[in-house]
Amino acid sequence: MTFVLSLVVGTLFAGAAYLMLRRSVVKLILGMALLSHGTNLLLFLMGDGVVKGMPPFVDEATGVTPTAAADPLNQALILTAIVINFGFTAFILALAYRANQAVGSDDLDDMVETDRL
Amino acid sequence: MANHLFFPLLVPLVSAVLATLVSQRRVIARSIALAAVLFNLGYSIWLLLAVGATGRMVTQADDFAAPFGISLVADGLSAIMLALTSVMMLVTMLYSFSTVSPYRERYYYYPLLLLLLFGCGGAFLTGDLFNLYVWFEVLLVASFGLITLGGERGQLEGGLKYVVLNLLGSTSFLVGAGLLYGVAGTLNMAHLSERLGTLEHSGIVTAVAGFFLFAYSSKAGLAPLFFWLPASYHTPSIAVTALFGGLLSKVGIYALYRVFGTVFQRELAWLAPLILLVAGVTMVVGVIGAMAQVNVRRILAFHIVSQMGYMAMGLGLAGTVGLAAGILFMAHNIVVKTALFLIGGTAEHLSGTGELKQMGGMARREPILAGLWLLASFSLAGLPPLSGFFGKLGLIQVGLEQGQWLMVGVAAAVSLFTLFSMLKIWNEVFWKKAYVDQTGMPRASALLLAPSALLVALSIAIGFGASPVLNYSRYSAEQVFNTQRLVQDVCGSAGCEAVTSTAN
Repeated sequence: MTFVLSLVVGTLFAGAAYLMLRRSVVKLILGMALLSHGTNLLLFLMGDGVVKGMPPFVDEATGVTPTAAADPLNQALILTAIVINFGFTAFILALAYRANQAVGSDDLDDMVETDRL
Repeated sequence: MANHLFFPLLVPLVSAVLATLVSQRRVIARSIALAAVLFNLGYSIWLLLAVGATGRMVTQADDFAAPFGISLVADGLSAIMLALTSVMMLVTMLYSFSTVSPYRERYYYYPLLLLLLFGCGGAFLTGDLFNLYVWFEVLLVASFGLITLGGERGQLEGGLKYVVLNLLGSTSFLVGAGLLYGVAGTLNMAHLSERLGTLEHSGIVTAVAGFFLFAYSSKAGLAPLFFWLPASYHTPSIAVTALFGGLLSKVGIYALYRVFGTVFQRELAWLAPLILLVAGVTMVVGVIGAMAQVNVRRILAFHIVSQMGYMAMGLGLAGTVGLAAGILFMAHNIVVKTALFLIGGTAEHLSGTGELKQMGGMARREPILAGLWLLASFSLAGLPPLSGFFGKLGLIQVGLEQGQWLMVGVAAAVSLFTLFSMLKIWNEVFWKKAYVDQTGMPRASALLLAPSALLVALSIAIGFGASPVLNYSRYSAEQVFNTQRLVQDVCGSAGCEAVTSTAN
């Protein structure tokens, strides 16, 4: 399972790199989204690897931690990362829309006003 | 437990919410923002003195024992950065009162500034690597708002580049943090430094360190990852440019110092030649890029890049003395860079343009402004007895001791070119006769001059009082490198590993 998932992570990263190297702003944003998905999956693979584990809850009656509990920290990290990426994707979409209105083009090569002498 | 460490985070956060609620009433929003910044300033000066007297302060969120919960750690470096953040925020806020348009002020300018203060405070105080990532995102999202606030074409274009490149850096940071958790099983910086010291070393930790190096270098604008910086920093309003150029770009350097000084000490020894190479290239490329520019703020933006090289050099010298020189240089540079942006920005504000060709005659019209510019630019170039001299002197001394002749030569030569660029602005903006009609040009009010005067005075004070500042930066650099002491302070005298093994 870990092997398959790492292939998926690699594919997502490759697709993201391809999309981000295109000149279109929309493709750039899609590339960023793919990249963040790849990263989230990578975080998921860290820790103890992908194993079937018990839910990581301490038994309230006995106070015993289950021995084969899944690592809850990865999920917490991914959840945080997903929320952050969601917010950023929303922001960058709005920004790209406004930039498209101001520049009148979706082409990154047309957005050179700030670099020109 | 030093629970007061939460105050510099809570106060800006609560005030940001309050300022959002009253954003239509400018005077109230301004007072709330100013009160929060003044509180943070007072607190951080107290923290600076207290950390200097008693050493590192630590608190655990929700009283979870150290490697499990989230630690807030304040040492000398954090205290310096926190104090400088508050000072810069104060001067830019004072400057915004007279320069930022009411339209922008109503659209949540002050709440965004306060959120930026919140994010910076968190980044400087956290003792947890993943938390550092989250704080970076907090300050990034506030900076995204500030850089695009106003929605002019240049801002949107520059903002897009700023956002994309910074998100790429953040992704790299996240990948690095994830892999490091996979390797070491912890993200607490103290625990990491303890574990990575004992871990059977394969190349993977070095590879992971590479992710962090990429992430922080791209945020700090080191070569070859600096292109977004001169493309975007000159587009927002002057106060925002000054804050970003002076302060925000240095957060990346702070993270480099913190993470490579504490967590990746062994990797730092490996990576030091690479960091030095990057530092040298950054210095040269930045200063040459500035020569070609003909706009005040763009010239200064390229000089940010060049100065970043000196700070990276402090890390590349890989030791306590090198880092101490780097910290001193960073403190000086935050002050002087903000001052230069404010002074050049004032000239731009008065002239109505930042193009050198259309400016001029400012020395006769505004002699105080011109005097401030001379002092600040000489300080940036490193002329004694201003603060820049001692910053560069420290770096060059350490470089000579380590026999890094080439690096020292580059650092000294780049200083000369920096002076050349500063004199170019001086000639074009202040000294030459104005060739355009300046009859309707407004005069600089005291409120426009006071913030930069304050900063120039601070730079002179650092220059004349260099010895206590240098001692404090040595003290902070020792704290960064002394991981044994860090582990004891954060996890107790037995160490973090003991805490986790008893919990199991």
